Amino acid sequence: MLTFILLTFFFIFPPNDWFYKWNKKFKLDLIWTNKGGILILLGLLTFFLFGLTDENFKLIVLKPDNVPIVGLIFLVAFFTWLSMKQATENDKRIDNNEKVNEYHDPDDKVLTWPDLVYIELIALVLCTVLLVVWSIALPAPLEQPANPTLSPNPSKAPWYFLGLQEMLVYFDPWIAGVLFPTIMIIGLMAIPYLDINKEGVGYYSFKQRKMAVSLFMFGWLVLWILLIIVGTFLRGPNWNFFGPFEYWDIHKLAPLTNINLSEYIYIIWFRSGLPDNILIREMWGFLLILGYFMVLPPLLAKSMLNKLYKKLGNLRYSVFIILILFAISLPIKMYLRWMFNLKYIVAIPEYFFNI
Amino acid sequence: MAKDQKGKKRGFISRLGDSQVWKSIIRTGVPRNRRGRMFSVLNSVFLHLHPVRMPRHAVRLKYTWCAGGLSFYIFCVLTITGILLMFYYRPTVEYAYTDIMDLSEQVPLGIMREIHRWAAHLMVITVWIHMFRVFMTGSYKPPREFNWMVGVILLVLTLLLSFTGYLLPWDQLAIWAITVGTNMARATPFLGHEGPGAALLSIGDINLVHAGSDVRFALLGGRFVGEAALLRFYVLHCIGFPFIIIIFMAIHFWRIRKDGGITTPV
Repeated sequence: MLTFILLTFFFIFPPNDWFYKWNKKFKLDLIWTNKGGILILLGLLTFFLFGLTDENFKLIVLKPDNVPIVGLIFLVAFFTWLSMKQATENDKRIDNNEKVNEYHDPDDKVLTWPDLVYIELIALVLCTVLLVVWSIALPAPLEQPANPTLSPNPSKAPWYFLGLQEMLVYFDPWIAGVLFPTIMIIGLMAIPYLDINKEGVGYYSFKQRKMAVSLFMFGWLVLWILLIIVGTFLRGPNWNFFGPFEYWDIHKLAPLTNINLSEYIYIIWFRSGLPDNILIREMWGFLLILGYFMVLPPLLAKSMLNKLYKKLGNLRYSVFIILILFAISLPIKMYLRWMFNLKYIVAIPEYFFNI
Repeated sequence: MAKDQKGKKRGFISRLGDSQVWKSIIRTGVPRNRRGRMFSVLNSVFLHLHPVRMPRHAVRLKYTWCAGGLSFYIFCVLTITGILLMFYYRPTVEYAYTDIMDLSEQVPLGIMREIHRWAAHLMVITVWIHMFRVFMTGSYKPPREFNWMVGVILLVLTLLLSFTGYLLPWDQLAIWAITVGTNMARATPFLGHEGPGAALLSIGDINLVHAGSDVRFALLGGRFVGEAALLRFYVLHCIGFPFIIIIFMAIHFWRIRKDGGITTPV
């Protein structure tokens, strides 16, 4: 499933000209028309309505605290569609040398009172109505009183952190819970300084800033929203994976046969025992990590990303590529886990240093 | 005064607008013409967050999605309902849970806790969508880089506000969600007692970073989620983070205007 999403993702949001060509060839930009939008909506609606006939699905989706996340799925789908629709329209206008939809005569201004204040007022009233109706319809849940000796299974963090909790499956807490959030915050803050493309200010557009939009969408839709959905709806007792219609069986067995890279190398390939010296034991993992972060960026700068490197300059490119490497390290680790049962690349549990 | 020049009888609102009381509060009277409308924005402390005139496309809902404004509005809703909830709630292990029970059983038709809880979920969502809109319209590009950074800080503060509030009902969901969340702090490099590098910070055989002195201990005021943690989260939730977020919101709104208002195509 994730493979399917990863494979199609960059054709739907093409980061460069090559993908863009295929995007056009497959006519994937038809998603961002009215018809495409209605199809997506119908698809989502049928899935949820059909799903509600299933007891297990209903139990999890209609849990009061999960209702906002169902809303989130629809809202994110809608706004992604809305922004991309306006972006494709603008792309066409720019291709035809027309002004973008948002363009207006600099002198053509409206008064804030009443034109803006009324829109705001209506939005506030609607929002209030939504909140009041929601609050009457759905009482705020209150579980049993806190009991430090009885932990529920599964214990879940608040839903907006479930993406991080999902990463805990593949990384140790110091990476998933501390390093990645820090990188995310820094990365978000760095966006305006890394994206030196001057085009696309003040209007929706895609073609002029393919790479920026594509990468942002990847981080936002796949690495954040999708992981939250997985963490909320598909992770049951013992944090095992359950399909959307599966019963959350507390006794479901998941084999724990994950092994470390060092064990792969010394025990399976060399058929010797693990060396006693930690540094010798883990040197392959360290080499791999060093290669990933130190050797890969200059290699890419020389080959695939040469144009980008020239455009961004040394400092910007370094920061950019490190952030990207961090971001894709998550799917990489996921696949290593699924395909080779790889637990840690560097495993020094003696010092809590596992990667 | 009761009749205008043409001799027609004037309506109540019209006369009210000319009264001394009204004019002392809202100097320009009822905004009837262009000048009045401009002054009604200029002279109001709340409305003057806006410019007087806006580009035509910039007020369209299709462009702004109103997500930023709604986030601010929901923050106001949360403040008001939160203050009301504080009347009933005592942040101690003894009373916290029963106070919440009381709230749902004793207050007839009370929906303040519901509004507070659902609005908190909603605010997280609207802040995300606002960020998404700002990205898609390229509104973080110069000269607005700094304001984007302030926005990211606001996003983090929103999540922290929600996270600290999660503990307060003191039920199973609350305590275990916070336990899971704060367990991560144990693994902070150098600063958490199960983090990489913590073992290196020692004098002889004495570890400087252990379960009673790491960041998680500082966060919870103890080795587990208990009385001290509840008080800390309560103070942070009701005073600490709101105080900080209001400062950053002021910067955010101020900079929107100073950076040239809402983004427009050149």
